[in-house]
Amino acid sequence: MSSEEKSEQPKQNNRIKKGDFLLLAGILLFSALFFFAVRLFASKGGVAVVTCDGEVRLTLDLSEEREETIKTDLGTNTVRVKNGEVSVISADCPDKLCEKHSAIHLSGETIVCLPHKLVVEVKAE
Amino acid sequence: MRRNKKIALRGCLMALALVLSYLESLVPVFWAFPGIRLGIANIVTIYVLYTMGAADACFVTLGRLILSMLLFGNVTTFIYSLTGAALSMCAMLLARKLPHFSSMGVSILGGLFHNLGQVTVAAFLLASGNILFILSVLLPVGAVAGAVIGFLGGILIRRVPLS
Repeated sequence: MSSEEKSEQPKQNNRIKKGDFLLLAGILLFSALFFFAVRLFASKGGVAVVTCDGEVRLTLDLSEEREETIKTDLGTNTVRVKNGEVSVISADCPDKLCEKHSAIHLSGETIVCLPHKLVVEVKAE
Repeated sequence: MRRNKKIALRGCLMALALVLSYLESLVPVFWAFPGIRLGIANIVTIYVLYTMGAADACFVTLGRLILSMLLFGNVTTFIYSLTGAALSMCAMLLARKLPHFSSMGVSILGGLFHNLGQVTVAAFLLASGNILFILSVLLPVGAVAGAVIGFLGGILIRRVPLS
């Protein structure tokens, strides 16, 4: 292994450089444009589709308030439609990330519960 | 450095990375955006990459991922982290060859590609088409997290020389 010679290298090689900031600025600028473009072209969704492991379990109309509990052998998630938005209000997964996700309403937005392989996706119709 | 010392050092650094990633999972820093992490364990990756070289960086990272799967995770989360880490590592190894970037730029690209990898796996595993939404948030976040990690890692590389 040539690690001995490599350990000499970093001294001059890792001072923060202009390129670092240019790279970061470039990525942020691109992402800002991307962020707004995605939302600009997205339309308001009509339904929320709940899938488990790729298989559609439930379709909720966003115009009517409803609460639904989805049970799989991996666990339980409760989904709620309120004010034209859908959110996961409770789940027994370990990380609870789906529960903390804010409510969604734009076509294409998703809430994902990785441990339960559950996806809530807003679709046009 | 002597061979035994190097083996011990790899083990220590791997343990350090493992503990850091576990600690991070205990503290939910970003309440507003669930699932977003700083990736503190990658400070170790960056440090090893610059002080011990590419092979050791891959070894320590892979070891950390496998141990953390055995201890805290499951196979699904392992697939996510492995893909993210593999893509991120490739990006960092290439970026390190460029003269324009310090450890910060390298880590920015690492963070960016880590998220790119994870989102790609998510698109496959969950069969959910619209990854643009997720990417529009995760790409800049990965870059910023990478910048912070790369900056901190850079300090370590300068202040804590090996041997």
